Formats: sequence, structure tokens, C-alpha cells
Amino acid sequence: MQIYLPIAEMSVNVFLLLGMGGGVGFLSGLFGVGGGFLMTPLLIFIGVPPAVAVGTEANQIVASSVSGVLAHWGRGNVDFKMGFVLLLGGFVGSTLGVLLFAFLRELGQIDLVISLSYVIFLGTIGTLMFSEGVRTMRRRKSAPTQRRKLHQHTWIHGLPLKMRFRRSKLYISALMPLSIGFLVGVLSAIMGVGGGFIMVPAMIYLLGMPTSVVIGTSLFQIIFVTANVTFLQAYANQTVDVVLALLLLTGAVIGAQFGARAGARLQGEELRVLLALMVLAVCAKLFYDLLITPGDLYSLGITR
Amino acid sequence: MNRRIVRFAVLSVAVLTLSASSRADTLVADLSQHLVGITTGFAGADVLLFGAVEGHGDVVVITRGPEQPAVMHRKSRILGVWVNTASMTFDRVPSFYGVASSRPLEEIAPATVLARHEMGVEHLRLALARAKASPNVAAEWRDGLLRNFQRSGLYANSVRNVTFLGNRLFRTRISLPANVPTGIYQVQVFLLVDGRVVSAQTTPLSVSKIGGEAVVYDFAYAQPAIYGLIAIALALMAGWLAHLAFRKA
Repeated sequence: MQIYLPIAEMSVNVFLLLGMGGGVGFLSGLFGVGGGFLMTPLLIFIGVPPAVAVGTEANQIVASSVSGVLAHWGRGNVDFKMGFVLLLGGFVGSTLGVLLFAFLRELGQIDLVISLSYVIFLGTIGTLMFSEGVRTMRRRKSAPTQRRKLHQHTWIHGLPLKMRFRRSKLYISALMPLSIGFLVGVLSAIMGVGGGFIMVPAMIYLLGMPTSVVIGTSLFQIIFVTANVTFLQAYANQTVDVVLALLLLTGAVIGAQFGARAGARLQGEELRVLLALMVLAVCAKLFYDLLITPGDLYSLGITR
Repeated sequence: MNRRIVRFAVLSVAVLTLSASSRADTLVADLSQHLVGITTGFAGADVLLFGAVEGHGDVVVITRGPEQPAVMHRKSRILGVWVNTASMTFDRVPSFYGVASSRPLEEIAPATVLARHEMGVEHLRLALARAKASPNVAAEWRDGLLRNFQRSGLYANSVRNVTFLGNRLFRTRISLPANVPTGIYQVQVFLLVDGRVVSAQTTPLSVSKIGGEAVVYDFAYAQPAIYGLIAIALALMAGWLAHLAFRKA
């Protein structure tokens, strides 16, 4: 059954879209990630224009983050103060990101920048996650882990504008979460992702937040940042396809249910290694496409 | 399908009587429909063109989409990675081009005639915005543009058949793929005798989004701010509904 997408201006099989939503939803439920970093490359792969893929995926992530944050809110796992500081940076970053996106699109370099951002960030995060996962799996078998110190003082703690975050048990400079929020905001707008896969490690390793509040707080700020991206992409570039977004999220919601159930049967470290392998696979595919000689050196830019 | 044939027959008779009454008209043609609507289930469309000619000759049918400027990029390798390093703008490029003929084009007319009337993809006149490129470089850009349009199915890869029924009636099908651009198309019908165009006729064909598709598209462009807010509101609602469904399960 074909459906014509009004903004993407193409005809796609409904079941392909539902299946993609379901598959990515399953993986996101399994690993507890947003799935934007899988869905955006997939959409581009089936022929959706990159600009529409990024704008529409931001719209879909709003929905999946809302359902995620409501669950975490119920358990009190959201640090709202930290979330607000992060999203302040995220708002500025994502606004700049949308402007940068329009500029690069005009230059004809947006596809390259999207691919390179994916290769660099997925490659780095995937490698770190993989080595960490393997190390913990080994350590679990050999010796009992020694307890980590609650805080390690570094130059980060010398920065001005200190704020107290009660829920995270932190007293740190607001500049840190502001700049992390800013960076993830820029990436969110350009890569069409929520940015959880960068935000979560940054919160744990750079800010030192307790793991229990990390996911909920990250999801909380992702709602606002992706809503900002959705609005700006719709307003400035007309690249948000609501029909596509609704079809994808229908599949994603159902897939995530099954994914979460399957995830409960697996060990945390095994999950992390599996997720790392998947991230590295996406990264390798995109990197390979940049390196091989294209079939046609000439390509059509934006026609409008 | 049956209704189509009946309609075709009725209109053909009408066309015949019409052409018989006015001998000056050596060529008459019309389309089975003048509006192609892009609806939710749109997956391409076929439009039937039929007509009649006075005396013997060959028929060539050219379908052109609305013209627009086009930007082309060329990649080259930088540090092992393929990057767009050059670009070129074409002033006016038809957004769709299809051609049908009663015999192979090269048998119908000499190359000069084909070129004058832009019959066949290779004879399309595509002007570069700036004449800064040397002729052979310009030709490479042109070929690149044709390849890209042919790959996306918007320019014909081959010449379709115009079939004659008897000596005077002819028909052909104009196939529009699912990714056709919207706008007013021009369907040009030529009658050629001994390699010369003796008669020509142009019929407009409108391709536009209709129904729900048109509503969403027009709204996204006319009220982008409100469209963005609605998109967010829909996502918030969907997320909340999903949360309720999750909790129950």
C-alpha cells in the first residue's frame, strides 16, 4: 500500500515505514536509546531528502521522549534544575544548528557534514562504549570492583557561576551544562537526533551526575530541544513531514514495547557491547560510503 | 478500462468529424484528462493522448514539465573523502521530459530538425547561467544533469511508441512517475512529413496535489509557524498516548 508523503514529495510503502519505525523502536526499547541516529540515516537511505529526514525525525523524537520522560518522572528520576540549564544551552545551540543547516544546504555540503558528523560521533562513542563494556564484563569475572570516589576535583570545578543541583547532589559551574547543552543542540539540529548518545556519557563523565537521574533528565531536555528544531525547520525550511512522522512513531511505539521486554532478559554489559557494535556498524557503513568512488560524480542540488 | 476505450472511441469519432469539416487542420489531438491529481495513494499516473492526422506522416509527442533553475554539484576526492567541490547553475531546465514517436526519431527527421524542436533527451537545450565554462566542460555538466534526471525517472530513458489505428487515428500513453513535480505541463504534438514539421499543436496538462496532500502541503508553506506548532502538539499528544498505553500493559 503506497502513501504519498506531502512534504517529502515521494511515494513510499506504508508497511515499510511502519516496519522501520517498529525495528528502530524495538532497538531503542532494548537499549534505552532514542534511535534517531539509526532512523535518520535509514530515511536518507530510502530516498527521503536529508533535510526532510532531519526535520521529521526531530518531530518524531519529541513524541518518543515525552513517553519516556513521563515514565521516569513517575519514579522521580528527573533533575529539573539541571534539565533547564542544559536546555538553555540546547535552545541556543539548536537554533544556531538550524541556521547552519540551511547555510550548508545552500552550499551543497549538507550531506557531507551530516555523514561526517555521524562518522566522528558514532565512531568515538561506539569505541568508548565497546571497550568499557568489554572491560566490565572481564572485571566481573575476575576481581570485585573497588568503589569509585563520589567526586574527583579537576579544573572543571574551578569555573565561575557555581550552582547547586540538589537532585544530582552536585555543586558545579553552570557553564559546564550550558556548553554541553549547546554542543548537543547544534548536533541535534544537524544530525536529526535527540543527542542522548552524547548527552548521557557527558552527564556521567563530565558532570559526574548519578546514573539514576541521567536518562530522565536527558530525555526531559531532549523534548524541548527537538521541539525547537521541529519548529525552526518547519518555519524556516518547510522540511517537517507530519504524515511521515506519525507513521514512524506509530511503529516506534509498538516496537519499543517489545524491545523493552526483550531488554529485561539481557545483562547490562552485554547490552552495552551489543549497542556499541550496532553504533559502530552504522558508523562503518556511512564512512565506507564516503570513501568509495560514487557512481556519478555529478549530482543534482536543491532545485527549488 | 472498458470505459476508457468507449471514451476513446467516442472522442476519436468527434475528432474525425472535426478534422473532416476543417481541412486546414492537418493534426488534432487531445488528452484523456487535463488534470492529474496527486492524492494520498498516488503512485504515478498514465494519461492517454489520442488524435487524428490528415494524410500520411509521423507523429512525435513531447511532454515537458514546468521549467526551473537547477544547481549541479561535482565531487572530487579530498583526503580520501568524496566532497562536492564545484557547482554550476542551469538557468531553465524542464522538470519533466518525455517523448513518444511513431517511428525511431532518427528515421523520422534529420538531426537538425530534431534539435530545433528539442525532440529526444539528447537534443534538449539546457543553458548554463554563466558562460564561464568551456564548451567541453559545459557538455560534461549537461550530461551529468541528464543522467541525474534520467536516474530519477523524470527524463525519458527511451522513446515510447505512438501507435496508429488505421491511417489516421493515433494514440500514445504519457507515463508520469510517482515523483513528478507539480505545475502546468505542455504536451506538444508534431506531425512530420518527409522529415519536416508540417503541423503542431500544444495542449496543457496540469499536475497538482489535491485533497489531504494539498491541504498539508499548502498549510506548511502558507502558515509555517502554525504548522510547526501543530507538528509539536501532535507529537506531544502521541507521546502521552503512548505513555498511557505502556502503563496499562
